[in-house]
Amino acid sequence: MATIAELEVGEPAARAAQAAVVASSDLPDLPAEKMVLNMGPSHPSTHGVLRILLELDGEIITKAAPDIGYLHRGDEKIAENMTYTQFIPYTDRLDYLAPLANNVAYALAVEKLMGLDQQLPPRCQFIRVICCELARISAHLLGLGAFAMDVGALTVFMHTFTEREKIYNLCEALTGARFTTSYTRIGGLSRDLPPGWAGQCRKFCREVVVNFDESEKLLTRNRIFVDRTRDVGVISKELAIDYGLSGPNLRGSGVEHDLRKAAPYLVYDQLQFDVPVGSVGDCYDRYLVRMEEMRQSVRLLHQCLDRLPGGADNPSREPVNVPDAKTVLPPKDKVLTSMEELIHQFMLVTQGVNAPSGEVYFGAENPKGELGFYINSKGGGTPHRLKIRAPSFVNLSILPVLLPGHLISDVVSILGSIDFVMGECDR
Amino acid sequence: MAAVDLAQKLKARFGALLSGPAEFRGETTLQVAEAEQIARVCAYAKKELGFDYLVDLTSVDNYGQEPRWTVVYELCGLAHGCHLRLKTEVSEESSELPTVTGVWRTAEWHERESYDMMGIRFRGHPDLRRILMWEGYPFFPLRKDFPLAGKSSEMPDIAFTDPAPLEGGPFVTIAGGSDAVAREPRARAPETDALETNARLERRKDIREAHGRSYRPGPIEPRQ
Repeated sequence: MATIAELEVGEPAARAAQAAVVASSDLPDLPAEKMVLNMGPSHPSTHGVLRILLELDGEIITKAAPDIGYLHRGDEKIAENMTYTQFIPYTDRLDYLAPLANNVAYALAVEKLMGLDQQLPPRCQFIRVICCELARISAHLLGLGAFAMDVGALTVFMHTFTEREKIYNLCEALTGARFTTSYTRIGGLSRDLPPGWAGQCRKFCREVVVNFDESEKLLTRNRIFVDRTRDVGVISKELAIDYGLSGPNLRGSGVEHDLRKAAPYLVYDQLQFDVPVGSVGDCYDRYLVRMEEMRQSVRLLHQCLDRLPGGADNPSREPVNVPDAKTVLPPKDKVLTSMEELIHQFMLVTQGVNAPSGEVYFGAENPKGELGFYINSKGGGTPHRLKIRAPSFVNLSILPVLLPGHLISDVVSILGSIDFVMGECDR
Repeated sequence: MAAVDLAQKLKARFGALLSGPAEFRGETTLQVAEAEQIARVCAYAKKELGFDYLVDLTSVDNYGQEPRWTVVYELCGLAHGCHLRLKTEVSEESSELPTVTGVWRTAEWHERESYDMMGIRFRGHPDLRRILMWEGYPFFPLRKDFPLAGKSSEMPDIAFTDPAPLEGGPFVTIAGGSDAVAREPRARAPETDALETNARLERRKDIREAHGRSYRPGPIEPRQ
């Protein structure tokens, strides 16, 4: 049985002096037993069901092994067993903080396979950009709020949620659902903008920038926030590229790579916006990049609303779907009165779109990073293989090299700054 | 420089090992004939041609065909912005190819996922374990012969192992179907073999052709 020794605790100054003597001497560190700490899968800062096995030497992490898969639903298997259109609702549940952006990315991937992506009507493209940018603001607001909450600033979370509530109201008016939007269709959209929606969206854009300013006042120069994030979790440029990071995590490390600029899709090449990049690659830089990205998103939203073909309420009836009866469902009144439309409706619902055989990869710049779909088709209405390149999955793979050397309390900062969603990571 | 030029450069270096480049929807694909050489090709593409960013790595199950596996690499160069796809085939007997984790470390998790989902092993991988399924799970769920509803496994204490209620359900396509009609869930009894269905379709090909693509052959057999 071990004996209990009395601990001598001196004055702080004496302790510091003693520690300095010990540090400067050649005495080896006493061998201590390392402890394994299990963080998650249900820990508030793991934002869902991430589990990390941490090996600790005192309070310092020596090894980190993320364990994922707690939310695995087999989306890729499911996709092989249904038509392309039927899979759209499943994309809502990937990054469930930005369902609209997922819908757009998936629709564009299938349209690329079918060769339709150049034929999309301009109004559809502008509306899709609006969707993507609204989703980006919504996802970043949550990421920011949760990040701030993890490092102790509870107010920001409540504050950003006020604005997210407005985005959800806009989603509801636009799609009929607040979370599970399923807004896009192969070759277009499920519906045009409802009357008055563009005005509401403009109002939101004016209001949300005030919120950005206020959130920034709460955080950017906040001593506690800066101390907990600056020089914590530094990812070098080379490491970020080597680990395939994307989105704000890659740009936070100073790599100027944004698919909206690098491989422009929709009408992004016609719009003006800047791509913010970090300089150090720490948690603070990633925070600053997200903050600026939201402002750029508002800028994009204003441009899209200004230039929307057909105007806000579309009196000239600009189309939002490709003029291809074999891809897009016909209007309901035609289905009930005309034979040809009835046949098209029947064929589309029972067999899906008739995609050619071949393979494509399409990546879109989503809030979390590059959301890519690799589709391998053997023809017909179902994919032979659909792989989802989930940005959160790839971004998390850096944890085993990023966490060691940090304190346990830094883990929450780092996880918050990486801003992942397990629904997308585990698929 | 366009992706095609870079592909030609790669081809000039490796000669008959690479075939293509194939163009589809503006994307360039090169086929690597020997899977054993994939790491060498990738290392060259990264070092000499600037493909420093591995976007994605995935595998495809060509059930009913030989070789069974296709491993797909999506490469991107951040400096020149070109996208290139490399593909290589692996037979079912070996189900093994060299890892590319030495080239891009992001391949670590991608390769673990391919192993987890399809059972393809990557030789030289530092930590080839299951990643999405739990340790000790006996099947490879993304294989085409694995039913959508799942299979029960012999580990009742570890995780939920009963088949999902969807087993035998109506919306389940089958593995190895040559076209959408063969895979189409409502044209056959659930969970029958695709190769069997294909053979049946072959016998009825003349009828099918007479009625066009949409004809649904044969009565739907009763479910077991």
